[in-house]
Amino acid sequence: MSSPVISVRGLGKRYQISGRGSHDTLRDHLAHGAKALFHRVAGGKAGDGGDSGEFWALRDVSFDVQQGEVMGVIGRNGAGKSTLLKILSQITDPTTGEIRVRGRVASLLEVGTGFHLELSGRENVYLNGAILGMTKAEIKKKFDEIVAFADVEKFLDMPVKRYSSGMYMRLAFAVAAHLDPEILVVDEVLAVGDAEFQKKCLGKMQDVSARDGRTVLFVSHNMAAIQQLCSKIVLLEGGEVKFQGGVQAAIEAYLGDNRPASDGMVDLSDWKARKGVEHVKIKALKFLTLGGAQKSEFLMGEPVQLCIEVVFDREVVEPDVGFALLTSHKQPLFASALSDCGPVKNAGPGTMIYSASIDPCQLMPGAYRFALVVMRKGGDVYDFVDEVPGFTVLPIPSENSIQPDLRWGSLFFKFPWRVEPVTK
Amino acid sequence: MRIGGQMAADLSTAIAPPGGDGSDGTRLIRPRKGLIGINFAELWRYRELFLFLAWRDILVRYKQTFLGILWALLQPLLTVLIFTVIFEKLGKFSSNGQPYVVMTLAAWLPWQFFTNALTESSNSLVASSNMVSKVYFPRLIVPAASVLSGLIDFLISLALLVALMAWYHVQFRLRLLLLPLFLAAAFLAAFAVGVWLSALNVKYRDVKYVVPFFTRMGMYVSPVGFMSAEVLHKFGPRDYFFYSLNPMVGVIDGFRWCVLGAGFEPYWAGFLASMGAVLLVLGSGVIYFRTTEKRFADVI
Repeated sequence: MSSPVISVRGLGKRYQISGRGSHDTLRDHLAHGAKALFHRVAGGKAGDGGDSGEFWALRDVSFDVQQGEVMGVIGRNGAGKSTLLKILSQITDPTTGEIRVRGRVASLLEVGTGFHLELSGRENVYLNGAILGMTKAEIKKKFDEIVAFADVEKFLDMPVKRYSSGMYMRLAFAVAAHLDPEILVVDEVLAVGDAEFQKKCLGKMQDVSARDGRTVLFVSHNMAAIQQLCSKIVLLEGGEVKFQGGVQAAIEAYLGDNRPASDGMVDLSDWKARKGVEHVKIKALKFLTLGGAQKSEFLMGEPVQLCIEVVFDREVVEPDVGFALLTSHKQPLFASALSDCGPVKNAGPGTMIYSASIDPCQLMPGAYRFALVVMRKGGDVYDFVDEVPGFTVLPIPSENSIQPDLRWGSLFFKFPWRVEPVTK
Repeated sequence: MRIGGQMAADLSTAIAPPGGDGSDGTRLIRPRKGLIGINFAELWRYRELFLFLAWRDILVRYKQTFLGILWALLQPLLTVLIFTVIFEKLGKFSSNGQPYVVMTLAAWLPWQFFTNALTESSNSLVASSNMVSKVYFPRLIVPAASVLSGLIDFLISLALLVALMAWYHVQFRLRLLLLPLFLAAAFLAAFAVGVWLSALNVKYRDVKYVVPFFTRMGMYVSPVGFMSAEVLHKFGPRDYFFYSLNPMVGVIDGFRWCVLGAGFEPYWAGFLASMGAVLLVLGSGVIYFRTTEKRFADVI
């Protein structure tokens, strides 16, 4: 094939982060304008509107996708995958660069977009089909096929609010799966439904690319699905292309930084995928024993002291610091925040160390990761880093009874058990 | 390439390509700058989605209500009765010798349509924020479809009007056929303001508070409970012209003129001027809408 079907050149997307609420009101704008005016008069930097900043969700991204290729896009949360798909789907404009697309695109950033709970399954198929770009005639033609795929024949005239979540998802995916575009853009929609249905979806997508020679751009965290479907990968990190090429190499590059923090400390000063403002920065994460020794491997049950170093360029009002502990599959296990223990004091300018003791540490053996946040009470994020490498919990050799690979779950509790015979 | 071309032809009915097609079928996505006009060809390709959205709003309107569609009859009936008591019996307003109830209902019909359409359309984009942030389609469809969905209530109330006209032995004139013209004017006025407000609402949620206030005040300012001739008599012709710049004055008078006859003839100069103003608002609204559209998904 000569020219690529999708050609992305120097693509960038900048977002304004407002430290204020998520929705403007005119009052905010007026107040903000007044503040900016005051700052200018007082000799402050104009445009440096207190809590606002900007960040590049994508920066200088370039790659090509050839006809019939299934291109996987992988990366951590916040790496820019969804932004890329949104620009490709024309939902939002890029800030810089351009994309050339040859052929019709159908994007599935979500299944069931526009589904209305009060409407019946039948009505929703038509509505959703139209939203995804099908004509009435075409939906009519494929209607039976869609319903059969979703396996909901008996419930067609029931409002979808009475559907089980499985049925709902099946119907939603079924409509999407029967689109006939030349280029299909799919975001993580396979993360729905039960295992069997997921297999069906994967099969359907494979059909689309293999049998019909369509081009697919596929975003997922599911490495098994990526391996099964994709022929090439773009790995994004912090909004930039970190790697592009073959599937195996890309997955290794991606999982490569899944290793635990070396010698019990993660330097976060140059961490790319972060959200927040310029003047607050999480600098480092350290793991210590209660005795103060720094290390990254702990025995089961051994307490871990977590130290989060935060640099404040200026005084910040009541910054709350928190962490979430994630499994190696990036599932959050629990979260904790400074404000759990009472009111929070102002901080900065300067560097602060926030420590929390995970004690008792009731984790099963395995590798763990962290998400760290500094935020204002109520939700404005000062700094946020996700999927930071954490520590490893090692099994205790003497306790043979706890076999990590045989036991479910990531948490361990020793509950009092009793056994007694039933007496008549 | 021949096969590809064939497939493209088959599919052209299936997936409407979003705008900006090059002649060779290549689409270019890049930052858009400056003012942006309407892409009529694209709107036409998405006409089915427009109808589907209006159809959805109509289907959903009275789902899971006990009285259902009766609401569309009860509301105007009760309102008109209350207005008649207040304005005719207490306020001693004139109705040119025509039944006051019919005169008020003839005004309530377009007014109700206008306020419904305005409320629905100004809230429409935010209400479909999920769609806006997940799927591409010409966004103008959303406020337009929500204006259309108000028609169903209008038609039901129209049946009530016909019944009341028969009850009061009001003559059915040929002029009634002009009603759609005035309805279209109300549609245009609601859409013009709706386009502005729906786009503003994406960024400034103040709109949520402005619209109910606006429609409530508008009901007293517009000649819903009284004849607009009362304004002419009390304030003189110069003020009456400015009063008529409110497009709903002309629309309401037009409805009364069609239903009740010559005594209610609209003040045409004022009506035309108000329609000019509506077109101005519509034009600027569409430009504002199209120009801010690219940021909808980011801020909604």
